[in-house]
Amino acid sequence: MRPRRGQDSSNTGPTGVASASGDLVLSSLTKRFGPFTAVDGLDLTIAQGSFFALLGPSGCGKTTTLRMIAGLEQPTVGEIRIGEHEITYDKPYRRPVNTVFQSYALFPHLSVRENVAFGLKRRRSDSVASQVAEVLELTELQGLADRKPAQLSGGQQQRVALARAIVNKPAVLLLDEPLGALDLKLRRQMQVELKRIQTEVGLTFVHVTHDQEEAMTMADTIAVMNAGRIEQLGAPAELYELPATTFAANFLGQSNLIRATVAQRQPDAATVALPDGGLVAVPSGRLPAGIAEVWVGVRPEKISVHEAADRADPAGHTAGRNRIPAAVVTDASFMGVSTQYLVRTPWQQELMVFEQNRGGATIFRPGDRVSLSFATEHTFALDAGQDAEAGIELDEALG
Amino acid sequence: MSSAAGLGGGPPAGSPAAAARPGRRFAGVPYFLLLPGLLWLGVFFVVPMLFLLSQSLQTGTLETGYRLTFHFATYTDALSQFSRQFLRSFEYAFLATLLALLIGYPLAYAIALKAGRWKPVLLVMVVAPFFTSFLLRTLAWQTILNSDGLVMRFFRGTHLISLTSALGWTNGNQLLSSPLAVVTGLTYNFLPFMVLPLFASLDRLDPRLLEAAGDLYATPLTAFRRVTLPMSMPGVVAGTLLTFIPAAGDFINSQLLGNPKTAMIGQVIEGYFLRINDYPTAAALSFALMVTILVLVSVYVRRSGTEELV
Ligand SMILES: Nc1ncnc2c1ncn2[C@@H]1O[C@H](COP(=O)(O)OP(=O)(O)OP(=O)(O)O)[C@@H](O)[C@H]1O
Ligand SMILES: [Mg+2]
Repeated sequence: MRPRRGQDSSNTGPTGVASASGDLVLSSLTKRFGPFTAVDGLDLTIAQGSFFALLGPSGCGKTTTLRMIAGLEQPTVGEIRIGEHEITYDKPYRRPVNTVFQSYALFPHLSVRENVAFGLKRRRSDSVASQVAEVLELTELQGLADRKPAQLSGGQQQRVALARAIVNKPAVLLLDEPLGALDLKLRRQMQVELKRIQTEVGLTFVHVTHDQEEAMTMADTIAVMNAGRIEQLGAPAELYELPATTFAANFLGQSNLIRATVAQRQPDAATVALPDGGLVAVPSGRLPAGIAEVWVGVRPEKISVHEAADRADPAGHTAGRNRIPAAVVTDASFMGVSTQYLVRTPWQQELMVFEQNRGGATIFRPGDRVSLSFATEHTFALDAGQDAEAGIELDEALG
Repeated sequence: MSSAAGLGGGPPAGSPAAAARPGRRFAGVPYFLLLPGLLWLGVFFVVPMLFLLSQSLQTGTLETGYRLTFHFATYTDALSQFSRQFLRSFEYAFLATLLALLIGYPLAYAIALKAGRWKPVLLVMVVAPFFTSFLLRTLAWQTILNSDGLVMRFFRGTHLISLTSALGWTNGNQLLSSPLAVVTGLTYNFLPFMVLPLFASLDRLDPRLLEAAGDLYATPLTAFRRVTLPMSMPGVVAGTLLTFIPAAGDFINSQLLGNPKTAMIGQVIEGYFLRINDYPTAAALSFALMVTILVLVSVYVRRSGTEELV
């Protein structure tokens, strides 16, 4: 019998192999369905043992990407490798990859125990019973081992789907919105559980979700995907603090984007002119090179609201802070931990501001004249060629 | 039937009593819904059964009339006289069921999982034989298998006919009037009863389960053995029952395609009822046949049911 890669990798797993040997690498991976391109030239390297989240709106090609990695869909173009092995055209049952399906796809005629043992038995693994018992304990399913899937709750079924995949200790575990069907409390609980299992077992997780919070709390690396392409890739904080596209800026959290023109570039910072002619500063590293028209961006919680100065100056910057002096509060909602304001600028744009409720600070009312300030280092700029609204509605619809 | 339907309707929906106690009103509904079916079974199954049982224990002649004398010897006499036909019926029915399963499973599988947009057309083709009568279809097999037919020429050309003769499946240099022809006829006639339930259970199979099996290291063959086959067991059980039961009691195929040595018990019963007019013997054979089938079926369903059915 031909040796199977799954066994190879699980044999070398515990002894510890050089990390590069197990990286999952996608090269210009493309999938077309007729004229429609679902996945468009993905280039990704996912480090062995990392928790990678693929985040994007519905229909952006997340499931299709996972299906290609699992071998359930043939790429139109491109290559998939795990370490040294190319697996692009390998049959699914020859890949050291397991999937937690969006629909669970548990075998209804088998008990929980038999479902979990399915993969081990196919690979003629030794000590099936003890491995199954171990994983059932890990997923807290011991008491349910002899039930059929139809006799389980949604959350329990989800854990069976997870146990059934994890027990094989695959080189790569694919999770396709495995928490989508759960209520918020159970979802949070399972997120913690998943993260714990991933660190304990040390597998590479590729986790698909369209819940941005889930991606940010769990992943080492997030890829924001849109219309079949990766918009941006990085650690959650990096992605949040410095979005590279308007889509990423809006889809991951919320952003205020103000139309501006680059006035002057200096080595460490540039100044850009806002619509009222006022100049604000943007650190050079946060401004794309070679463009004149930009969106100046700042996250709502990075903005402070102050009582208005007497004079209606245009926007400006001093002492590491950008200022927009003459603004009017149009809406204020007290949320407990914070107050959310909508503030109208002199150029009639409404900006969103989240002010932490530290106590003692004035709470402004609609109609109050205020001035806004935010740190230069929290200001970023994006190419104005992009749609400022990209990624907005989708995010709100899911919110 | 109309009275049964009236009872099944339950109290009028708008009546105040019904509206006041919804729980009571709905509690009786399942029994009301059962009524028409139970009445039907009572009138057309239980009563004739009792009649048949009583007939089998009577003595007398058509001219002098029959009297219930609890003459159990009719059973022992009839069964010992026709034990060969009795056993042969089950043997042929078993073979036909097996063949129908072997032919029907791949067919149902292909229609359910591989046919795509041709599915409806193929399904119509499976049931198309029902548009002509059973008798005509069986007669057609006389033409198909006769001595100048293509099938016969193929058998002669390949000398398969010598092989089947040596095995005792055919006699002499012909296909007709042989056990082979009878089993072929039975298989053909009851094949749709095998295919339809198989199709129904395979069509329900979620293809994502097969993807999951593949993802969990099952080759397509293993996925079939571990997922598709066990999940289609309800169809297999239903199909084999729907084929085996009528095939065991069939009296047309052996009459038209066989010879006296292939006679099945249905043929004997038909003869005793309609030609010899020995009603007690015919009734005893019918009753014995039915009880035997019932026992076989319940053993079969119990064995396959507890382990395999979802
Ligand atoms: N077999 C197929 N034939 C044609 N188009 C397909 C097929 N499978 C997927 N698509 C299309 O490819 C695009 C990406 O689908 P995919 O299932 O990968 O989305 P997704 O990102 O997983 O979305 P969701 O978050 O809703 O699960 C969709 O527009 C979808 O309609
Ligand atoms: Mg999906």
